[in-house]
Amino acid sequence: MSDYISHDHEHDGIDRRGFLQCMAWAGTGLLWTISGGVLVSKTLAQVAKAGTPLPATDLSFLQISDSHIGFSKEANKDVTETFKIALDRINAMPTPPSFLIHTGDITQLSKPEEFDTFDEVLKSCRTKDVFYVPGEHDVLTDGGKFYRERYLKSVEAKGSGWYSFNKNGVHFIGLVNVVNLQAGGLGQLGDDQLEWLEADVKGLGTSTPIVVFAHIPLWAVYPEWGWGTSDSERALGYLKRFGSVTVLNGHIHQVLQKVEGNVTFHTAMSTAFPQPAPGTAPSPGPLNVPADKLRGMLGLTSVRYLQGKSSLAVVDSNLS
Amino acid sequence: MYTLIRNQTALIILAISLSFLTNFALGQAEKGASADVAKTNQIVIKDFHFTPQTVTVKAGEKITWINRDEEPHTVVSVEKQFKKSAALDTDQEFTITAGAPGTYTYFCSVHPKMTGTIIVEKS
Repeated sequence: MSDYISHDHEHDGIDRRGFLQCMAWAGTGLLWTISGGVLVSKTLAQVAKAGTPLPATDLSFLQISDSHIGFSKEANKDVTETFKIALDRINAMPTPPSFLIHTGDITQLSKPEEFDTFDEVLKSCRTKDVFYVPGEHDVLTDGGKFYRERYLKSVEAKGSGWYSFNKNGVHFIGLVNVVNLQAGGLGQLGDDQLEWLEADVKGLGTSTPIVVFAHIPLWAVYPEWGWGTSDSERALGYLKRFGSVTVLNGHIHQVLQKVEGNVTFHTAMSTAFPQPAPGTAPSPGPLNVPADKLRGMLGLTSVRYLQGKSSLAVVDSNLS
Repeated sequence: MYTLIRNQTALIILAISLSFLTNFALGQAEKGASADVAKTNQIVIKDFHFTPQTVTVKAGEKITWINRDEEPHTVVSVEKQFKKSAALDTDQEFTITAGAPGTYTYFCSVHPKMTGTIIVEKS
């Protein structure tokens, strides 16, 4: 079975077979390579066979998401343990990632003791650099003041917590779309943040690879469940001219992928509990699965940037 | 140190007001049972919906939300016309007393797709 795109009738970078394979492999480990807007997938097994060690100049980082420390319902009674297992996986990687990105919902209820537990467990991770963006569960009590003090001070975040930084020629942008939400609406970035974004990328050359990370998806995954961001189109408008844009989100506790022009959207699994596929349940609440299936639906996402190739490879792996 | 003392004071005040509220609520319930005056209107939060989505109450009546989801929700007045709830975890409740007649819209600030309406009529 091959994993390249053989038919691309919609010119959207994915054919029917590719889509079905994507669905089959999502959650079991899949490598996506983005090259000039074309999407190619390989299974983790194939990647392992290829076995090329990462050259020192290349960059690899890891996305973890939706730890929900403090959650103890049926869907996972020990989310601290599964978070630990995710960190063990990171520690076992042959090439340790340069840094981690946590795309929100560290906690279930924004309690200081939940944040403390997270920080304590995170100490076991060999990779020490972590970049954060908040989820709605992290800003329940004080609009995110506590979160910003603890996780965004070192990056000199602006406004409700947005910031950018450069690593190995890649421009990273952390956005906040979980505060000041409007009745009836979706996730929201807001004017101040959008104006900042426009100015932030203004001076960058179009060949600069861009990685955007935010909690709620920056594409309309399923607006009926609030899985989208009302003003994301405007943000993406500022990024249109770039040759490679990778958008990493959490929030929906499952791997979903979309390619639009040079932009690849990717959502990560949670380390805590799965959520139903869009529209397959009465609500997006935690999905109860048999105990032996749970770890197969939790996981993390590894991203690799090959210098000079302007391509990013996104690999999901589960905790089973 | 100042913060600590202030927090302790706040806790004591909170404890006193809570016990007062409990007594008050109990008193209301007993009175209600005999004289049928303190009607409580319940709104259940389940599957990311407020049910019923629209409730009509008389001024002075109580309205209680109870969260039956495994996800925290809030109750926030769109026009900031009544105090907002804390994040309600599973089975936690939030109660307000209906004030001046009018139409009040509210939503969950965590999941803003969730909205509801309270219509308050003259008692």
